[in-house]
Amino acid sequence: MDAMIKRQLERTAAKVRLGIIEGVYNAKSGHPGGSLSIADTLTYLYFARMNIDPKDPQMPERDRLVLSKGHTAPALYSVLANRGFFPVEELKTLRHIDSRLQGHPVRNKIPGVDMSTGSLGQGISAACGMALSGKLSNDYYRVYAILGDGEIEEGQVWEAAMFAAHYQLDNLCIVVDNNGLQIDGKIKDVMSPYPIDEKFKAFGWNVVCIDGHDFDAIEKAFDSAERALNHPTAIIQKSIKGKGVSFMEDQVSWHGTAPNEEQYNQAKAELEEQLAKLS
Amino acid sequence: MDKKATRESYGEALVALAEKRNDLVVLDADLAAATKTGIFKKAYPDRFFDCGIAEANMMGVAAGIATTGKLVFASTFAMFAAGRAYEIVRNSIGYPHLNVKIGATHAGISVGEDGASHQCNEDIALMRTIPGMTVINPADDVEAKAAVMTMADYEGPTYLRFGRLAAPIFNDPATYKFEVGKGIQLRKGDDVTIIATGLMVAQALAAASELSDMGINADVINIHTIKPIDKDIIINSAKRTGNVITVEEHSIIGGLGSAVCEVLSENYPTKVTRIGVMDVFGHSGPAPKLLEEFGLCSENIINTVKKVLGK
Repeated sequence: MDAMIKRQLERTAAKVRLGIIEGVYNAKSGHPGGSLSIADTLTYLYFARMNIDPKDPQMPERDRLVLSKGHTAPALYSVLANRGFFPVEELKTLRHIDSRLQGHPVRNKIPGVDMSTGSLGQGISAACGMALSGKLSNDYYRVYAILGDGEIEEGQVWEAAMFAAHYQLDNLCIVVDNNGLQIDGKIKDVMSPYPIDEKFKAFGWNVVCIDGHDFDAIEKAFDSAERALNHPTAIIQKSIKGKGVSFMEDQVSWHGTAPNEEQYNQAKAELEEQLAKLS
Repeated sequence: MDKKATRESYGEALVALAEKRNDLVVLDADLAAATKTGIFKKAYPDRFFDCGIAEANMMGVAAGIATTGKLVFASTFAMFAAGRAYEIVRNSIGYPHLNVKIGATHAGISVGEDGASHQCNEDIALMRTIPGMTVINPADDVEAKAAVMTMADYEGPTYLRFGRLAAPIFNDPATYKFEVGKGIQLRKGDDVTIIATGLMVAQALAAASELSDMGINADVINIHTIKPIDKDIIINSAKRTGNVITVEEHSIIGGLGSAVCEVLSENYPTKVTRIGVMDVFGHSGPAPKLLEEFGLCSENIINTVKKVLGK
């Protein structure tokens, strides 16, 4: 990846993280940990990869993204806002009673949201339907779905995994955000889904394992997905829950907790410092 | 009277629909031979997708297809469509209000020999609680086909309930008109109102005919759309007769009987007597025998009417 582009993406990702913290702090609830771990990949997709138009969110030929791990809506909202789908200022209304920024994504309300999600394990099936539909009418859009590593404990994920391979949905690419933590603890202790890569390989998928905070690796992984004919791709990304905010990193307690004022100020200061370093 | 299972009507209607709608996609979960989507599969193999024994995923796939604007029907037994996949139907189809048509077959006790594990008497109750979901329970071949064709042009999630057992065809295809949300007055009478749905409509008509010989004139109303329900036809009839009997091949909890009670208790309090599956599980046996045993027959309707009227 071109160094200039990479630096620009890193800057954007820092802004996206600021938006996540802003949203969750003002909501006094929400899920910062998993939002921060997926922030780089979502930033890459919306700013460097996907064929989308913020001025025409329903463009028929657009690439689609389903946030199957819907609780990390703060990340998707922040990316969409920073990409121009709606004002960044609106992120402060997250979860408020009169806001369209619902606790989990809703397709009818928020520009750029392709599918309502939140109940884990369901988004990947909807993504399969979108991909199948594209194949059926020879539309060349691509479909992305973002799953949590805890989420893949849901049986429906494997029903969908079978389906995508069976119908050779090579226009489908999922990302499993392997930050290693779920609400009740480490995924290996709660209900281990490991080995994740071997499971998807056994289901007939093209599998790429990467560092989810390395834009070069992220780009190569999505390149691989586009080259994998007749097979859907699963990108298993090692990531850090709470990435970018020192006291949130790799802490399960930040799965679904909002920062208080002091923590908010510290998180903001850290992210602003990162942003300053990148300019 | 000729007979045909409404699942058969469903499969045939899908083929007829495909001639008009080249965006039609049909999904099934390894039951195409039984749900009769197999008829469609044979005619349009390129637009049929088997999802295997994975109903949760099938409903999600249907939702995803619907987001791209195509017309999609997803089929399996009522037990798995409304029961097993309930939460997917609720969150992936109902909540985003996607244009998915759920064709659920083998509803009710008339599944027969397969027994209680497959006899879904709870599907109407479950589907009725999802905001924005239209719930249709056709009574015969003519109505089932008309419902499929009409609902194909209607935007929004819809649950269509079909049966396994051959049902008498009492509607005339030349004159029959399906209007979503509109009940059909099949017979006029001032002594009692019999409101029936699905397989029970023919039984209600047979009962009314016999009751008339005994000097009891029954109003017979066919409610094919359980949601949104036709309040006016129910209230107007109750005003005339003052006594309402509901008949459904479904639990007396949450289905047609409950829906009618909700309408009347809020608008025109009237005594309602519910005939249906009385909060019990079914069991194996030939469908006609089971229907008799569980009181889902004209004889029980007649006896209930006589009892209610004190005759």
